[in-house]
Amino acid sequence: MILPWIIIILVIGGTLAWIAGRFGPHWPRWISLATLGIHFGFLLYLWIQNYSIFTLTTRSPWFALFDIPWISQIGISFSLGMDGLSLLLILLINLLGIMAVACSWNAIKDRVGFFHFNLMWILASITGVFLALDLFLFYFFWELMLVPLYFLIGIWGYENRIYATIKFFIFTQVSGLFMLLGILGLYFVHGANTGVYTFSYFQLLGTKLPQPLGFLLMLGMFLAFAVKLPVVPFHTWLPDAHTEAPTAGSVDLAGLVLKVGAYGMIRFLIPLFPKDSLSFAPIAMALGIIGILYGAIVAFGQTDLKRLIAYTSISHMGFVILGIFAWNTIALQGAIIIMIAHGISTSGLFIMVGDLMSRLHTRDFRRMGGLWSTLPRMGGAAMVFTLASLGLPGLGNFVGEFLVLLGVYRVSIPAAALATLGFIVATIYSLWIIQGAFHGRNTEGWKLQDMSSREAAIMTTLIAVILWLGIYPQTVLNTSLPAVEAMQKYAIETQQTIVSPQISPAQPLPIEGSITINTGGKP
Amino acid sequence: MLGLLWLIPVIPLIGFILLAIIGPRLSRTAVAIIGVGSVGISAILAILVAISFISSPPAGNAFTQTLWTWINVTNFNPGISFYLDSLSMIMVLVVTFVGFVIHLYSAEHMLHQEGYSRFFAYMNLFVGSMLILVLANNLLLLYLGWEGVGLCSYLLIGFWYTNPANGRAARKAFIVTRVGDAAMAIGLFLLFNNLATLNIQDVMQRAAQTWQIGSPLAVTAAALLLGGAVGKSAQLPLQTWLPDAMAGPSPVSALIHAATMVTAGVYLIARTHVLFSLAPSVQLAVAIVGAATLLLAGFSALTQWDIKRVLAYSTISQIGYMFLALGVGAWSAAIFHFMTHAFFKALLFLAAGVVIDAMNDEHNMFKMGGLRTQLPLTFWTFLIGSSALSALPLITSGFYSKDLILFDAYASPSGSTWLWLAGLVGAFLTSIYTFRMVFLTFFGKPKTKAVYQPGSRINLALIVLAAFALLIGFLETPSFLGNINVLGNFLSASLPATSILPQRAGSEGILELVSAVISLVGIYLAYLLFLRVPKTTEAMVQSPVGAVLHRYWFSGWGFDWLYDTVLVRPFVWMANSNKNDFIDLLYKGIIRLNEALHRVLSNTENGLVRWYATGIAIGAVIIIAIVVFL
Repeated sequence: MILPWIIIILVIGGTLAWIAGRFGPHWPRWISLATLGIHFGFLLYLWIQNYSIFTLTTRSPWFALFDIPWISQIGISFSLGMDGLSLLLILLINLLGIMAVACSWNAIKDRVGFFHFNLMWILASITGVFLALDLFLFYFFWELMLVPLYFLIGIWGYENRIYATIKFFIFTQVSGLFMLLGILGLYFVHGANTGVYTFSYFQLLGTKLPQPLGFLLMLGMFLAFAVKLPVVPFHTWLPDAHTEAPTAGSVDLAGLVLKVGAYGMIRFLIPLFPKDSLSFAPIAMALGIIGILYGAIVAFGQTDLKRLIAYTSISHMGFVILGIFAWNTIALQGAIIIMIAHGISTSGLFIMVGDLMSRLHTRDFRRMGGLWSTLPRMGGAAMVFTLASLGLPGLGNFVGEFLVLLGVYRVSIPAAALATLGFIVATIYSLWIIQGAFHGRNTEGWKLQDMSSREAAIMTTLIAVILWLGIYPQTVLNTSLPAVEAMQKYAIETQQTIVSPQISPAQPLPIEGSITINTGGKP
Repeated sequence: MLGLLWLIPVIPLIGFILLAIIGPRLSRTAVAIIGVGSVGISAILAILVAISFISSPPAGNAFTQTLWTWINVTNFNPGISFYLDSLSMIMVLVVTFVGFVIHLYSAEHMLHQEGYSRFFAYMNLFVGSMLILVLANNLLLLYLGWEGVGLCSYLLIGFWYTNPANGRAARKAFIVTRVGDAAMAIGLFLLFNNLATLNIQDVMQRAAQTWQIGSPLAVTAAALLLGGAVGKSAQLPLQTWLPDAMAGPSPVSALIHAATMVTAGVYLIARTHVLFSLAPSVQLAVAIVGAATLLLAGFSALTQWDIKRVLAYSTISQIGYMFLALGVGAWSAAIFHFMTHAFFKALLFLAAGVVIDAMNDEHNMFKMGGLRTQLPLTFWTFLIGSSALSALPLITSGFYSKDLILFDAYASPSGSTWLWLAGLVGAFLTSIYTFRMVFLTFFGKPKTKAVYQPGSRINLALIVLAAFALLIGFLETPSFLGNINVLGNFLSASLPATSILPQRAGSEGILELVSAVISLVGIYLAYLLFLRVPKTTEAMVQSPVGAVLHRYWFSGWGFDWLYDTVLVRPFVWMANSNKNDFIDLLYKGIIRLNEALHRVLSNTENGLVRWYATGIAIGAVIIIAIVVFL
């Protein structure tokens, strides 16, 4: 019964915040902060309490499950489950939710109650996405997430916000429909095969799919996740949405929305369609490499600081898709670390830009420069996040990227080698951020107030997390390991139910090179 | 005592953290105490550890200390672990000691600069990273230190950040070395995926067991590591960042050139020497890269007017000697030259820093002159450093280390007369450009008056380094000059001895004599060209051939121009021309298409009855046709 509460707390908190908005702008802020604080404490408690089970050898990845029938006539249930992966991601979105509230503390003055309502509902629906184990419920939360985000950008965004919201909405909505097709296809095939019509994740695992239908259904789902991640060439909504969103919206986009795409691939796409998705892996990995390099090059050409950072996200997410489709333990663990580390470091950068904008009233790079002398502390914080983004060892992103490449090398040497070029291009754009904003001449003679204690607290928290991920990532790796191994096992089991008539168990699986369980990387 | 090992890198890092967080609020004295003190404590600890290491050697002549497991995924589990053997011991001693002296110097040199605490924070981080690099027991931790020194070079070269040129030089250093680092990272992927470990000793052992000499995997792995090494050590073809790195304060140059950063590549190759022995072709490439670099950089150094750029090119050239030594399997000779070079090059940069300060921030040697009498102590120490750099026979350390390399390049089985000859020409160039610098700066008529005299801390730093620049050479002397082998014996636990062809072993005395003469002739030539008849030299430079050569050498053989044209400009052009992301055109196209369709369809709703009637008629016909024919 804990799992529904994890969502309900946020829903209630958001609604309360909206109502309390009548009494004054400070009410919704404190209510949201308190709700998220309690929620975070609760999740932390859950993590610490269950931490020991991650190191057991006989472990079920699911340490909490919840299942009640919802629309039982067509096999829809309200089914939630939490394993290490979803716990980590929910902790991440919660932490970033707190940061989003904190960074909008003074920036949002208009309709404060409704703003916080939207913020909390985004968090609630994404939490739902990470917990849902019924494909219909998953789709429900997936679509629900759009609405508050639409309002968040559309009401509190910048000049060109309407164009950006419509673009963002259409991209995700259209791709979401493809996912719905995929889910329904799976549902009907499974029903026809077994006579049981259900949306339950566990039952749908191992569905035998005729070709080429299976491949098409996989492609439909892939498209939805690829748009959210985003994968080049489906990425163009992201720079617009980021640029026009208020800081809290950018934090949500970078830290949370992008992660659901990766999560969907790990949890649903590959376990449900192992054969089809892994035969598609070369293309997906190629898209990942293109994303890494293309995103970085386009980022370097930007003059709008927020747009630049948005493109760096595209580059980083290239590593994630690469790691996911390499589908071995090392690469998957790396992808999960990147998801978390990127959420932290990019949110840090967006918050930094928000802080800069509240002082300079511009995002234009060409009008900045030499700000280090007047904002040394903010410059220092920005330096840490850009260094994280260029993959400096000792900070979280490096651990993720290194593990991904280490795992990818096993699957494809050229892919690993090309993706390593990402280290170089990341250095180029990252140093450009520092040069453009903080180094060089202060041509406009800016004299600014350095970070307030509220801003400093946000930065310090994020820096602490990114350092922790870089120096001792083991707590995170231990937590996600059972989930990663379970996903790999599901994929293999599904694979076996499909191929068992043709291939005897003694023969190696056709994708053995990319699947490694427990034994990991024996050369 | 060995248990204190972990504190050696950690204390400078603590210094960094303290200075980064509370530094701006501290007084300059407090900053100096933390900044200099942390490295000082580290140096003392290093000496204590060394005494304990030598007096009671641990089992297997190596000591490993693990703090915690950094990452643990399946069988990939590198630790935050330090490994101390004679090689890393030497490195730690040099890094902490030279680093400390440079910090001491900086406390005075940087006193009136803005960002005093920021400077010491970065310097401490630099030393800390370098110590992690040399002490790492696995390649991933080494990579952490490796990237850390790259970062610090960026931060310190761009220390005076308001000048965009400094920022450019800083970014160039980081990006160029990162090109090498990317190669090295791929090397790590290869090593781990084939040998299932990144622990350096295990990698060496398993590589020797599983790979044949010259096997493709061994060659690729060694080549990729070499890629990383040439980046950090500023060797061909990635040497272009180092001359520009002069944008930073002088102590930074001293630290980069002497104690940290550029020697990392030499250390990496020495550390992984087994891999290079398994890949003879790559090892030959190391020797050739070294020989080519030392010549190219030597010619370039001849033409520079900026005193620090001469020193920068001389570093590239001297590291070239170390690569030459590594390439012919003279591992301990390379480390010996690293040691002597660390002392005399730090000395030269620090003394040059005094000169530049005394000349009111003037770098151009042609505007200096006659400083011998105005800055006597600086002059004498600079002279000692220069003599060591030019390998002045018998009394300087450079003589012993460089001539050992020359002899090994000739007499080792993988050596050759050509390699020896390249080294000899390089030595000739070295003494010319070095004493050109000495004569232009300290001799002749005074052109400017010195506006500044160094204080006690700077003088102390110079004297200590000068003493070492003279004396450290006696750790290792040739067979006919005492045959001392302290360093070689100490290193023999980590590095295999250099093998010498018996038929060439006897020529050591002759070779030493030749190079001693070459060094002296070079100095005399510098005296002639730049002090006695500078007009003739000027005429030589003005001559058609001279002008072309001068331009090429001065610009570092045009490598910057080449990279700029082939890589930088196309990249910037690509980024700028695709600023609006051409992929978005696809979606904009869809929007346009929809709008066009919308216009077409809205035209049909024009209120004319005859249009509607026609429409109904055509529609009816089509529907009937479908019904009838299908």
